[in-house]
Amino acid sequence: MSPAPAVDIKTLTIDGKEVSARAGQTILEVARENSIAIPTLCHLDGLSDVGACRLCMVEIAGTPKLFPACVATVEEGQVVTTSSDRLKKHRRTILELLFAERNHVCSVCVANGHCELQTLGQEQGLTHIRLPYRNPKLEIDGSHERFTLDQNRCILCTRCVRVCAEVEGAHIWDVMGRGIDSMVITDLHQPWGESACTRCGKCVQVCPTGALFDKSKVGSPHPKYPEFLPALQMMREQQ
Amino acid sequence: MSQTITIDPVTRLEGHGKITLHLNDAGVVEDAQFTVTQVRGFEKFSEGRPFYEMPSLMARVCGICPVSHLLASAKAGEAIMAVQIPYTAKQLRSIANLAQMIQSHALSFFYLSSPDLLLGMDADPATRHIFGVAAASPAIGKAGIGLRRFGQTIIELLGTKRIHTGWIVAGGVTDALTAEKREKILAMLPEARTNIRLALDWYKSILPNFPGEIATFASEPSAFLGMVGEDGMFELSDGTLTLIDPKGKAIAEGITAEDFDNVFGEAVEPYSFTKFSYYKALGYPEGSYRVGPLARLNICKHMGTPEADKELAEFRQLESGPVQSSFHFHHARLVEILYGIEKVEEILNDADILSPHVRATAGVNRLEGSGFSEAPRGTLMHHYKVDVNGLMRWSNLVIATGQNNHAMNRGLLQVAKAYVRGNELDQGMLNRCEAMIRTFDPCLSCSTHAYGKMPLEIRLLGPNRELLSTVRR
Repeated sequence: MSPAPAVDIKTLTIDGKEVSARAGQTILEVARENSIAIPTLCHLDGLSDVGACRLCMVEIAGTPKLFPACVATVEEGQVVTTSSDRLKKHRRTILELLFAERNHVCSVCVANGHCELQTLGQEQGLTHIRLPYRNPKLEIDGSHERFTLDQNRCILCTRCVRVCAEVEGAHIWDVMGRGIDSMVITDLHQPWGESACTRCGKCVQVCPTGALFDKSKVGSPHPKYPEFLPALQMMREQQ
Repeated sequence: MSQTITIDPVTRLEGHGKITLHLNDAGVVEDAQFTVTQVRGFEKFSEGRPFYEMPSLMARVCGICPVSHLLASAKAGEAIMAVQIPYTAKQLRSIANLAQMIQSHALSFFYLSSPDLLLGMDADPATRHIFGVAAASPAIGKAGIGLRRFGQTIIELLGTKRIHTGWIVAGGVTDALTAEKREKILAMLPEARTNIRLALDWYKSILPNFPGEIATFASEPSAFLGMVGEDGMFELSDGTLTLIDPKGKAIAEGITAEDFDNVFGEAVEPYSFTKFSYYKALGYPEGSYRVGPLARLNICKHMGTPEADKELAEFRQLESGPVQSSFHFHHARLVEILYGIEKVEEILNDADILSPHVRATAGVNRLEGSGFSEAPRGTLMHHYKVDVNGLMRWSNLVIATGQNNHAMNRGLLQVAKAYVRGNELDQGMLNRCEAMIRTFDPCLSCSTHAYGKMPLEIRLLGPNRELLSTVRR
């Protein structure tokens, strides 16, 4: 009987707490396993990470650089800080930039009370947006039978793009344009209702804001249920 | 020497308004204008939004009567979807609309107007407010607060929020009524009945104190427009419109939401942001008419609930033919509250009221749709045009205050001529002009802005705009 392969264990410190992790794990994964909260927006359990939103930035002793915890892997002897005045300031600024970039009007949004952007704003103590609002004029895609895309509320986290490509396997979502002009699109910028969409609704469930919503939920609370993803992944691995 | 008097802002109104009086050389009022000084822009900024989002968006027009906007907007959406909503949804929406009418009327009567009625038109402005009322007559103050709470609590029980609930949607409502909530509402009814009975009896007892006001508060005969149900019965949510002439004869009946734009037009005057509605066949301003509680009570054949029917019979004794003095809006408002309490009980005892079937679904089946409801202050109409994906391309809202606008301006001239003397200005004159406007309970923009403690000023200007005298509150 051959011995079990040795697991490469790393030990590190997060916010003063000594923790151990398997090599290859991300700082975010290990922090959450140890009940240390790090705010995230583009990350979602069950999807690949892209490090797009930069909210999960952490400090690592010995370097002035900040690292996105969702993609930075653990190293032996690392000393990680997840919350400091500098990080709080950066996180608030990121949120302010997101709010200023498009048109987020919580009071009339279908996601009001169930929006990850709104919740993060509250958690990070956002009381004002110090930047001028851009108030861009953006279109709504209402062509789909069941769902609506409101670009005004999109924060370009690309969860919809990843879930459609990685889990549903349809890959109808993608990103068009560059920089501040980037937009999520369906097919090659065709109306959603005319795209190859399978109508599964996974993109709606993973969208952190009211950018993608179920038409039948207008007027009712519209919580999203992205926790289906890890469960789905586990079931697939068992097959 | 001619003079101009400006009352800005007009107090104890919902929204911001201004009164301007023009006096001739002898100090006699020659002209009067009521100006709505705000522009809101809802029709413009809703362009591009999905029509199914419109009810919750349009509810934001007003914090006092959001249910009326929800209802008119949802009905316009249902016209676009081309659906008939479930019976129970209709009944539940009726309860919400009645509850809102009760709380809005309670606000208008007790909070905004009862200080004038209880303490007198000439009372010291420092005490002429709801707290003054509560101090002078705790029972009346409590009745007003109780009735407002009654209406607001029903809306909250049905739609989880007192103001701007998203519960009413195109297709019906989002959630059915539960037996527990039904019992809670039924349990509140006895206290509400006691409160309105007290208010009605008190109001009738003080009515003889206001002969001058009754004679001069927008009492010129006019046509009236309001909703009626089957057999001409009083109705607020699902009926057709009837227009009667000043003598009470029907000019137009069975007007549907789709007909509205063909039958009624809107004129624009340079001095106000609120338009002036008129009956197209008679033109503007001859085709001007009044809406609201006074109109509804003048138009309906019967109320359909026992106590309110008795009160209607008594109300009709106030004048021969349709009741014309706008002072009697107050009376009509109280009768409607009584009706609302009785009707809520009747609907709650409907066998199907707890049915779970409360929402119809459909996509875009028409590119245009209209819907109307009776808001507390009168007929409210929403008219939408959408593209094939249901995105708003155009909208028009015809609100009660626009339909009463001409009558308010005429009434202002009437009351100012009767009471305002340029050479001896006093607070009572000023307040009567405002009180006349208050009888209409106009909703100028959105929620109530009580400016009672802010300085209010009448300025007398000479021909060269030099300041002759000032009366300050």
